[in-house]
Amino acid sequence: MRGDRAFRLVVTAAGIVVLMILAAITIFLIVEAVPALRADRANFLTERHWSPDENPPRFGIAALALGTLMTSVLALLIALPVSVGTALFLTQYAPRRVSVPLGYLVDLLAAVPSVVYGLWGLIVLVPHLIPLSAFLADHLGFIPVFASNQTYGRSVFAASLVLSVMVLPIIAAISREVFLTTPVEQVEAAYALGATRWEMIRTAVLPHGRPGLVSAAVLGLGRALGETIAVALVLSANFDISVHILTPGGNTIAANIANAFGDAGTIGRGALIASGLVLFAFTLVVNLLARAVIVRHRNTLGAPR
Amino acid sequence: MITRGRRLPRWTPYAVAGGSLAVAEVTEKTTVVSGRSGVVLVAVATYLVASTAISAGVEGRRRCIDRLAGTLLGAALLMALIPLVLVLGYTVAQGMHRFDATFLLHSMRNVAEQQPGGGAYQAILGTIEQVGIAAALAVPIGLGVAVYLAEYGHAARLGRAVGLVVDVMTGLPSIVAGLFIYAFWILLLGFSFSGFAGSLALAVLMLPTVVRSTEEIIRLVPHGLREASLALGVPVWRTILKVVLPTALTGIVTGVMLGIARVIGETAPLLLTVFGNPSINADPFSGAQSGLPLFIFNEAQQPYPAAIDRAWAAALALVLIILGLNVAARLLARVASTVNRR
Repeated sequence: MRGDRAFRLVVTAAGIVVLMILAAITIFLIVEAVPALRADRANFLTERHWSPDENPPRFGIAALALGTLMTSVLALLIALPVSVGTALFLTQYAPRRVSVPLGYLVDLLAAVPSVVYGLWGLIVLVPHLIPLSAFLADHLGFIPVFASNQTYGRSVFAASLVLSVMVLPIIAAISREVFLTTPVEQVEAAYALGATRWEMIRTAVLPHGRPGLVSAAVLGLGRALGETIAVALVLSANFDISVHILTPGGNTIAANIANAFGDAGTIGRGALIASGLVLFAFTLVVNLLARAVIVRHRNTLGAPR
Repeated sequence: MITRGRRLPRWTPYAVAGGSLAVAEVTEKTTVVSGRSGVVLVAVATYLVASTAISAGVEGRRRCIDRLAGTLLGAALLMALIPLVLVLGYTVAQGMHRFDATFLLHSMRNVAEQQPGGGAYQAILGTIEQVGIAAALAVPIGLGVAVYLAEYGHAARLGRAVGLVVDVMTGLPSIVAGLFIYAFWILLLGFSFSGFAGSLALAVLMLPTVVRSTEEIIRLVPHGLREASLALGVPVWRTILKVVLPTALTGIVTGVMLGIARVIGETAPLLLTVFGNPSINADPFSGAQSGLPLFIFNEAQQPYPAAIDRAWAAALALVLIILGLNVAARLLARVASTVNRR
C-alpha cells in the first residue's frame, strides 16, 4: 500500500506544520526581542514608561501589563452576568422557535470586526458616556475607583465597555452549549420535588455547568487580553498606573503595539516585539488554563469542543 | 407546593409594564427626570419594584423570586442585543452618506484627509487579494490537518499534541500573529511590507478555524460509507479523497467561508505587515498595500468629518461582506443537512 503510506505522510506533515508554526512564533519573537531588551537601560519588568528610541533607551512593561489586566478583567466583570443570563434565558426560558434565531443574533456580535466596534466606540459611545461618567464621579466619587476631577470619555471604563461587548458572544455561546448538556433526569427530579423554574436552574443547571462557565470566562478573558484595535481607537493612552477607571489612564500591550509601531525605530520595534512576547505568554497561560478545566471535567460535560 | 396557591393571570406582566411606562411619562413631565434614557430607566425600575411587590403579595416568596429571575434573565438578553442593534444601525445610517460609486471605484491618491470625496477602491482590492491568498495558503494545510486529526490522530501522541496546539492557536491574539510575520518575514528574511506578508499573518489566524470546523464535519461522515468503500478493495487514501471528502464537501465549504469571515475584518496584523497605502497597488507581492480594515482604522483617527464619513462607508462595506459570508454559510449548511438526512 504505497499510496496509503504516502497519503498518511502528507497529512501527518500538515499536522507537523501546525506544531512548527507555534514553535516559530515563540522562537522568532524571542530572537527579535533580545537585542532591544539588551539595549534597555531600565528594568523591563518594573519600568512604567515607554521610550525605547531615546538615548539611552528606557522602556518597561509594568504600566502596559497592568492596564491590559485591568481593562480585560473589568470587561469580563461586565460581560459575564449579561452573557450567562442570555445563555440561561435562551436555553431555559425561550421556546425553541424563538431561541434559535435569537441565538444567531447573539452569535452575530462575534462576526462584527473589532475595527467597527472601535469606530462606533470612538464616534458614538464616547460622547454619550461623558454624562454618565460625570454622574458616577459626582455621586460615587467617594469610592476611589470612580474618583475623577475631569469629565472625559476616552477612559478605561469606555474601553472596557467596548471590550465587554466583544467578549459577550464568546461566553454566551460556550455557556449555551454547556447548559444544553444538563442531564434531563436532574431537571425532571428538581421539578418533581416541586421546584420553581429558577429553583430548578439553581439546583440542576448551574451546578452542572460550573466548570464549563469557568472555562468560558477564562476564554473570554483571553480574547479581551489580546484585543487590539478597538482599545487603540477608544482609549486615550498614557503610562500612569491608577485605579481611577473614569479618567484617561493606562494603556494595553496590544493597543500600544498598534499605536507606536508606525513611528518606532529599530530598538522601538524590537521593544514592541518584546511586549508582544509578554502578551503571547499571557494568552498561552489563559488558554491552557481554560482547556485544563474542560479536560478535567470531560466526563460531566459531554463531548468537549 | 407548586400546584397550590393563587397565581397571577397571564396578562399581569403586560399590564404592569404599561403602568410603569405611564408612571415614567408622568415622572418626566413633573420631576427632574428628562430625556428618553431617563424615561426608560424610570420605567424599568418601576416595573421591577411593582411586579415584585404584586407577585410577593399574591403568589408568595418563591414564585416572586422565580418571576424576578425570569425578568432579569430576559433583560440580560436584551442588554446583549442592544449593542448589536446600535453598532449595525449606526454603521448602516452613517455609512450610507458616502456609500456611492466614487467611494467604491476611486482611491485616496491626491485626496487630503480633510477633503470630501476619495474612496476605498485600493482598500477593497487589497483586502480581496490578501484574504484570497491567505485562504489559498490556509485551506489546503488546514484540510490536511483536519484529515490527520479525524482519520489518523485520535490515538497517537502526535495527534494529541497537534490538537492541543490548534486549540491554543484559536486563542492567539491577532496582533501577535502580525508581530510574528513582521519578525520572521520582514526583519529576518528582509522582505518589504506587502500584501503577501499580510496574507501570511491572516493564514496563521485562519488555520485553526478551518481545522476545527472541517475536522468536525469529517468526523460526521457515516462509518458505513468508509466501510463500504474499503470492502470493495479501495485503498484508504482513495476512500478519504473520493468518498469521505466529497460527502463532507458542503460542510468544508461552510467552514472555509466562516474562516474567511473571521479574518477579513482583522486590522492589527495588517498594520504590522501590509502597513497601508493611500494609492492603488495591485501587486500583493511588492510594496505596501491598503486593506478595508486598515482604511477604517486610519480614517477613524482623523479629526475631519469627511474622513469619518469615509470610515463609516468602509465599515458598511466590510460588514456587508462579512454578513453575506455568514448568511451564505448558514444557508449552505442548512441545504447540506437536509440533503444528508435523506
